Amino acid sequence: MLRFILTRVSLVIPTFLGITFLTFILIRLVPGDPIEVRVGERGIAPERLAQFRHELGLDLPLWRQFLDYVWNVMTGDFGVSLITHNSVLSEFVTLFPATLELALAAMLFATLLGLPAGILAAVKRGSLFDHGVMGISLTGYSMPIFWWGLLLILFFSVGLGWTPVSGRLDLLYYIEPTTGFMLIDTLLVGEYGAFWSALHHLILPTIVLGTVPLAVVARMTRSAMLEVLGEDYIRTAHAKGLSDSRVIGLHALRNALIPVVTVIGLQVGTLLGGAILTETIFSWPGIGKWLIESIGRRDYPALQGGVLLIATSVIAVNLLVDVLYGVLNPRIRHAR
Amino acid sequence: MKRILLGAGLGMAAALALAAPAQAAKTLVYCSEGSPENFNPALNTTGTSWDASLPVVSTLVQFERGGTKVVPGLAESWTISDDGLVYTFKLRAGIKWHSNNDFKPTRDANVDDVIFSIERQWKKEHPFHKVSGGAYDYFADMAMPTLLKSVEKIDNLTVKITLNEVEAPFLANMAMAFMGIQSAEYAEAMLKKGTPEKVDQVPIGTGPFQFVAYQKDAVIRFKAFDGYWGGKQPIDNLVFAITPDAAVRLAKLKAGECHVMAYPNPADIEAMKKDASITVQEQEGLNVGYVSFNTLKKPFDDVKVRRAISMAIDKKAIVDAVYQGAGVPAKNPIPPTMWSYNKAIEDYPFDQERAKKLLAEAGYPNGFETDLWAMPVARPYNPNAKRVAEMMQADLAKVGVKAKVVQYEWGEYRKRMQQGEHLMGMLGWTGDNGDPDNFLYTLLGCEAARPGGNNLSKWCNKEFDGLVVQAKRTNDLAARTKLYEQAQVIFKEEAPWYTIAHSVVYMGLNKAVQGYKMDPFALHYFDGVDLKQ
Repeated sequence: MLRFILTRVSLVIPTFLGITFLTFILIRLVPGDPIEVRVGERGIAPERLAQFRHELGLDLPLWRQFLDYVWNVMTGDFGVSLITHNSVLSEFVTLFPATLELALAAMLFATLLGLPAGILAAVKRGSLFDHGVMGISLTGYSMPIFWWGLLLILFFSVGLGWTPVSGRLDLLYYIEPTTGFMLIDTLLVGEYGAFWSALHHLILPTIVLGTVPLAVVARMTRSAMLEVLGEDYIRTAHAKGLSDSRVIGLHALRNALIPVVTVIGLQVGTLLGGAILTETIFSWPGIGKWLIESIGRRDYPALQGGVLLIATSVIAVNLLVDVLYGVLNPRIRHAR
Repeated sequence: MKRILLGAGLGMAAALALAAPAQAAKTLVYCSEGSPENFNPALNTTGTSWDASLPVVSTLVQFERGGTKVVPGLAESWTISDDGLVYTFKLRAGIKWHSNNDFKPTRDANVDDVIFSIERQWKKEHPFHKVSGGAYDYFADMAMPTLLKSVEKIDNLTVKITLNEVEAPFLANMAMAFMGIQSAEYAEAMLKKGTPEKVDQVPIGTGPFQFVAYQKDAVIRFKAFDGYWGGKQPIDNLVFAITPDAAVRLAKLKAGECHVMAYPNPADIEAMKKDASITVQEQEGLNVGYVSFNTLKKPFDDVKVRRAISMAIDKKAIVDAVYQGAGVPAKNPIPPTMWSYNKAIEDYPFDQERAKKLLAEAGYPNGFETDLWAMPVARPYNPNAKRVAEMMQADLAKVGVKAKVVQYEWGEYRKRMQQGEHLMGMLGWTGDNGDPDNFLYTLLGCEAARPGGNNLSKWCNKEFDGLVVQAKRTNDLAARTKLYEQAQVIFKEEAPWYTIAHSVVYMGLNKAVQGYKMDPFALHYFDGVDLKQ
């Protein structure tokens, strides 16, 4: 098992280098450097431009900038935002918990609804329920996040007044961040009203962000279950006289879970991508909004650092999923 | 870990502001469009960042709320020497500074603070010059480094500023946020603590509101400052709820989650006007979008060609189709809200027959080929340059002029236009200090016609230039107005630009908001604003 994990981890290093290189190059391929973007139509005197470029190290050859960057990152220095002049790492650490909280909530929402829906649809294959679930999940999968988010806001927040329009917490409360997870921080200070407010604020963004993963999980669970339910050992289990719930819950589900876990793992990337849009709609103070702004302002260090750190978390989750496989299915860990 | 319930203050008011009991603290929530870069307006150039520091900071002189007229601020009076070179400002006595957990002021604001605020931006060896990146773009853009000769302390409340040359717009520059007065005592305290950048992140000022807290990308909190030199504010708390999407800002306004929203979508204006709970305010922006004709290159060196093109394009159709209510057709290079705007001037009519005739007279009976540059980005004065270019292209084709639309990346685009590489090209300008000089001299004067300068048409008309330079060198407002009015006449006759439009800016307000005045510079001020309960 240890050997398996170590092999996996060692594969991560080239991935990291690749990502660093890609983000470094891509943002520089976007025309316009941070200073020119800042000055807009006002323009800037050439000598001032040269001075700023020099101060930011933008006048060095690209390979040199890249090597400096890699070296700094290896020593844990992600640089300083060109816009706010705060350390990129500290900005990321401030904002990331909000994204993570939203992503986890969305994942939970997708899994808790998607798994049972998929299982039921598979068991009652061809029924009205099955068609209903598949139809809805196809719709959910095709729904543009922006449109879906605004629709929910207009209906539930503006029309019915059930949920707040946007933000993370009612302005009534001011919670000094401890963990950065609003649900935890509010409980830590014993402010239950704030906890309910945070939960309330979480509802719509969770639904919007969780819709696509929900559809994917439901469909995947259904097809995996259908495949497993057709296996001989299921028939054997039935023949032994085991109850339906035991056959489905124990024999079928455990085997069907493997592809589902894979898909859930892969959804982490989708979730972080979707979070960027969801955060913009719901004014959610996470990394999504931060990254979009960094692109607009050509804030190289913030963008590079941000993408690298997100990539790290996606890689970490995938690693976790790989290890989880091993737990679920011993054949996989022995095969390597 | 600590929880701060903001006095009885922020209390219920924020959530239930509209239904709050009479004695409760009044909290005004403003749905802003983005996060500030920091809280020092000297360091940044965006309206979003300036908005966030305006509640806190005061300037020596300021713009009259809702206008461009300069009125007293921290300085209760000032004199200008007869030669126009020496400005003496007399500060009010007893101006109080804000305080926070790290800093308690021991003295009132005085001339040391004024000198600190100017020298930080001006002197490279100043201990704060490099703090927080040290890019004082506006200080440089308004030519302050070359303009200033000396800043001297006469006594604690009197400061004498000497210029190298007469510059009438100087007073307006002093009213701009970048000249906000910072506390020298606070700066010194933070420098001693080893955290000088805190001065720009946790601001201390003399303005109507004190900074309370900022949570990045989420919320900025201020509370009314009891010691404000202009008197206590009608509201108790001011909260910026950062909401980047315009549709969501509108939803929040409708749901009562904010009282004031910035920048609604033009498409939503009609519906907003019909909503009984919302007031819509509108104002023409202090800007202009235009097409520059490169007067150094054929065929645009011929004024007949420039006039012909000006008559060949259907301006109204463009403004209707592209601006969708967020713009008005422009005839002058300065916006209508600016003093000295010449109302009497008549724009070129849309008359393609006359245009053809003029082209024939100029020796182009069959038209010619030209380029037509379009900005790659949306700007307030031109929301979709590509679309505008396509409409112009179609109009020009009808008089035989084949225009090829050219686009570059934004930074590159501006640089090449400033070099004068285009024949026809679009750009625009947003006013800085409300002074016509900031348009007429900055964009059309001979000095700016050099390669790389902001006079994109490279148009150097001695008569026009004489007028705007003369207007710069006198402090008599009436005389300046006359000079600028005349300059606009020459501009229209010579047609170095095809003026397209001025933007119209809208604001959405809850009916409970009282006394809010839109700012011609498109900034957002909340002093004096009240909530009817």
